[in-house]
Amino acid sequence: MSGTIFDHSRPGREGLSLPELDVPRTDPAEALGGELLRKDGMGLPEVTESQLMRHYVNISIKNYNIDRGLYPLGSCTMKYNPKLHENLARLPGLSELHPLLPDGQVQGTLQIMYELSDLLCRITGFDACSLQPAAGAQGELTGLLLIRSCLESRGEDHRNQVLMPDSAHGTNPASCSLAGFEVVSVESDQHGMVDVDDLRSKLGDRTAGLMLTNPNTLGIFESKVEEINGLVHDAGGLVYMDGANMNALLGIALPGAMGFDVCHLNLHKTFSTPHGGGGPGSGPVVCNSLLEPFLPQPRVVKNEDGSYGLSRGGSQPVGRLLAFHGNVGVMYKAYAYVLSLGTRGLEEVSRNAILNANYLKARLTEAFDLPFDSGPCMHEFVVSGSRQKKEHGVRTLDMAKRLLDYGYHAPTVYFPLIVSEAMMVEPTETESLESLDGFADALLSIAREAEEKPHLVTDAPVNTPVLRLDEVRAIKELCVTEPPSEAGKAND
Amino acid sequence: MSRYVPNGEDQHRKMLKTIGADGFEDLLQPIPEKYRLQEPLDLPPPVSEMELLEEYRRLAGRNTGHGAVCFAGGGAYDHLVPAVVDHVLLRSEFYTAYTPYQAEASQGTLQSIFEYQTMVARLTGMEVANASMYDGASAAAEAALMAMRITRRNRVLVAGSLNPAWLEVMRTYLARGGFELNEVPFDEDGRLDLKAAAKMRGDDTAAMVVQYPNYFGTVEGIQPMADLMHEGKALLVVAADPVSMGMLRPPGDMGADVVVGEGQSLGLPLSYGGPYCGFMAGLRKHIRKMPGRIVGRTEDRAGGTGYVMTLQTREQHIRREKATSNICTNQALAALANAAYLALAGETGLRRVAELCFHKSHYLFDRMVELPGVEPVFDLPFFGEFLVRLPVPAEELRNALLDQGYLAGVPLVEMDEGALLVAVTEKRTKEEMDGLVDAVRGYIEEAVE
Amino acid sequence: MSEIPEDLRFAETHEWVRDDGDGKFTMGITDHAQSEMGEIVMIELPSVGDQFDSGDVVGTLEAVKTAADFYAPLGGKVTEVNESLEDSPEKINQDPYGEGWLVSFESDDGEAVSGLMSAAEYRQHAGD
Repeated sequence: MSGTIFDHSRPGREGLSLPELDVPRTDPAEALGGELLRKDGMGLPEVTESQLMRHYVNISIKNYNIDRGLYPLGSCTMKYNPKLHENLARLPGLSELHPLLPDGQVQGTLQIMYELSDLLCRITGFDACSLQPAAGAQGELTGLLLIRSCLESRGEDHRNQVLMPDSAHGTNPASCSLAGFEVVSVESDQHGMVDVDDLRSKLGDRTAGLMLTNPNTLGIFESKVEEINGLVHDAGGLVYMDGANMNALLGIALPGAMGFDVCHLNLHKTFSTPHGGGGPGSGPVVCNSLLEPFLPQPRVVKNEDGSYGLSRGGSQPVGRLLAFHGNVGVMYKAYAYVLSLGTRGLEEVSRNAILNANYLKARLTEAFDLPFDSGPCMHEFVVSGSRQKKEHGVRTLDMAKRLLDYGYHAPTVYFPLIVSEAMMVEPTETESLESLDGFADALLSIAREAEEKPHLVTDAPVNTPVLRLDEVRAIKELCVTEPPSEAGKAND
Repeated sequence: MSRYVPNGEDQHRKMLKTIGADGFEDLLQPIPEKYRLQEPLDLPPPVSEMELLEEYRRLAGRNTGHGAVCFAGGGAYDHLVPAVVDHVLLRSEFYTAYTPYQAEASQGTLQSIFEYQTMVARLTGMEVANASMYDGASAAAEAALMAMRITRRNRVLVAGSLNPAWLEVMRTYLARGGFELNEVPFDEDGRLDLKAAAKMRGDDTAAMVVQYPNYFGTVEGIQPMADLMHEGKALLVVAADPVSMGMLRPPGDMGADVVVGEGQSLGLPLSYGGPYCGFMAGLRKHIRKMPGRIVGRTEDRAGGTGYVMTLQTREQHIRREKATSNICTNQALAALANAAYLALAGETGLRRVAELCFHKSHYLFDRMVELPGVEPVFDLPFFGEFLVRLPVPAEELRNALLDQGYLAGVPLVEMDEGALLVAVTEKRTKEEMDGLVDAVRGYIEEAVE
Repeated sequence: MSEIPEDLRFAETHEWVRDDGDGKFTMGITDHAQSEMGEIVMIELPSVGDQFDSGDVVGTLEAVKTAADFYAPLGGKVTEVNESLEDSPEKINQDPYGEGWLVSFESDDGEAVSGLMSAAEYRQHAGD
């Protein structure tokens, strides 16, 4: 087995190719003072370029990835990442640009940002966009700050409660706290949708707004969305849509036409940019004209002469979320995605995402319980492993691990919190029928194993690079960095 | 059928039959008719691979600033990005994987993060590090929030010599939760005014946030700042430049409690400001108050070594509104670039990069201040970046020199019309620096006439 | 089927209370609650002298992927906390009614203890 990069380290090995110093030396001790100079080594590894590449290839192959197979994580939209877009984002004229270059020198990039903002507004039915947020959660924070600023501008600072369904993503309540709001949870009804009566009872003069994911995290379209949004507006609040599930709505429906005031999108989900093992993403915020004056700055604008620029305009901006202009490298890829698909292509994306999800759901219902059966699902669905737990002592976690043995990634498990033993499945449109069948066959086979040979499932995984890992030990004997003594040994 | 959607009519028919639906429209039944788009989206017509490449080349060509010899810094630096780093990132196994939720199928990502955390902690002289934040600025804001959680106090002091964009981000993050942020001035030498800081520090002060080297490239000892904070039971948060750590004494050696910074210099392209990568390192005793993902080493059922995301109860998906942060998606692939860069450079390489930046920046500084009317703004040690006052408006000079192929620096007009912040990385050659000096001289002479 | 001692009283949020006499009480979480949580790896306890009202959050228990607050079954003032749990929180799993006790407190509200559930009532509540 390959060790860590530190195990490959031997004194004197060098990987970086650097030019010789071509100017006179300055004495560091004199210029900086000896006190400020590093005295000890840093403890960085010493390896050659070839060793480095081999190390990373050897550990990389222990990763599941979308180029290997179906990756059915619910609400994560693990679709194929087009290769061309990687090349485009790496064109030197796009990637080698200092962020503080004057506007006139970066017209190509500003045009991409301006056009992408415009396309995202068209796709969602909103009026304005900020591309600055680095990820969905930062988009949520931005959207909530817009709501907050808007309420403050109306002299309604006392409105400090944000409502959200109990099925909400964890980032929703966490973003609320960060934005200085109090979270009020709204119950789901027997169809897995917002319980409108419960919502009504919780609205009041402290209501700042509602955060709603639509389709929600159960893969169900909130059919009473207009009534819900109307109730919140009547109570004096604003409505935020978590757009994590936008992959269901492209070319089918516009959030902006459902009464939402603001919404974030995940370019790394809906718009095909790679997730990178956890990031970077990009979480643009789109909003209506009411909230536009509060968007973070700087904003990308089109000048009267047709050129593009960064504007510090906006009457009461919420501020700034990042040091510069957002994850521009990710925007390049998302813009390419929209351009390459066009109207019909995007519509085809959502239609196939919905069809694929419904097909998988239909195939899996013979073995798994559906917590809510309110007709067709959207782009994802949730099943419960309660039957397997109750009858065979096999938990959803076990089945998830067993899927790894079958060569698949597992669905999102134990979320949403309102479904016990939940498995949240989102196949996306880029999976073929054959691949959906392969996955369904695997999960059905695991359900049979749970019945007949449960130990196969509870012992899983066995075909992975490591067996089931001890997470209790990871906490109790916390080790988050390589201990220095071992590095010292390796360097001896 | 588009090239990314494999199922066509034949498959659709089969699938609909299994579902028990007559047609696709049946599946849209949950969406009330009134929300359904009646008109197709108004988007440009789809383009082929060839056309898209052509269009992107055209757009790239409109970025006329590309190729200018870069002396701009201010939080983003034109360092060498070794070819091998991108080859690591382009492994499908890394860049097309999701967050490592299933540890047994994500050991590559998890181990790379563990190694990243180790290198960040060692570089900064701290005990622990997390798996990355969005960028340096948001990491600084999160560090301030973390300090407030640790101390249960609600006011932070921020050095006026911190990057102003970072300060703006901190204000955005802290503005709403009942927190207070006060700016500590710097004196005429550019040194943090410790006396002012002492006066501003109170029982409600959670931390002071300082930059090292600061926004102007100035290097000042941080031990006295740490002592001042610790006397008041507050913390010192240091925003450190990672490349300078190759030469400079790490903040962890001088009493820092939390160290954050921008990892762009470590193997990431400038890319007009992002994606970059914020790092955060701290003390072991504070790890439960840290934001973001943290990877830990453990064992599997057979006693083999493996890695998992750990201490997850800090995070939003479990602790929801009580989480230490709302961050979910971070900058994992950018952190991988940082780790690959640090491992490639290693002990000697990073030191050499730092030395090249140091010597070259001093060479350029010495030549610049020989020019008529050009003077240093501060008389303090610097690393890699320095501030000069020109006898001409800095913004006009910067714009004019772009025509000669130089991005001369970052004008700090809010400070002084003539103030220009100049950064020098290992990529800048003597010839380029001499060329810049000649161009600046030429511009000044012309302007003075 | 979890253990539910007959001599204790129980709160809906799965805390147990023992009346130690003289207005003094000890509390912990039930066997049912610990088994639902899984192995407890971390605990946040209040400080001696902290005051709370009935229903206030007293502290937090953490397993690998859950965190749960525990609540005051009665109003009162903390007189002692089980500090040994900071190093060995697994005692809560192993002996929830004994070595895994959480907090001792004094209460002027001793009468209220009779308003809490009996073992039989709690058995029904916990669905055991």
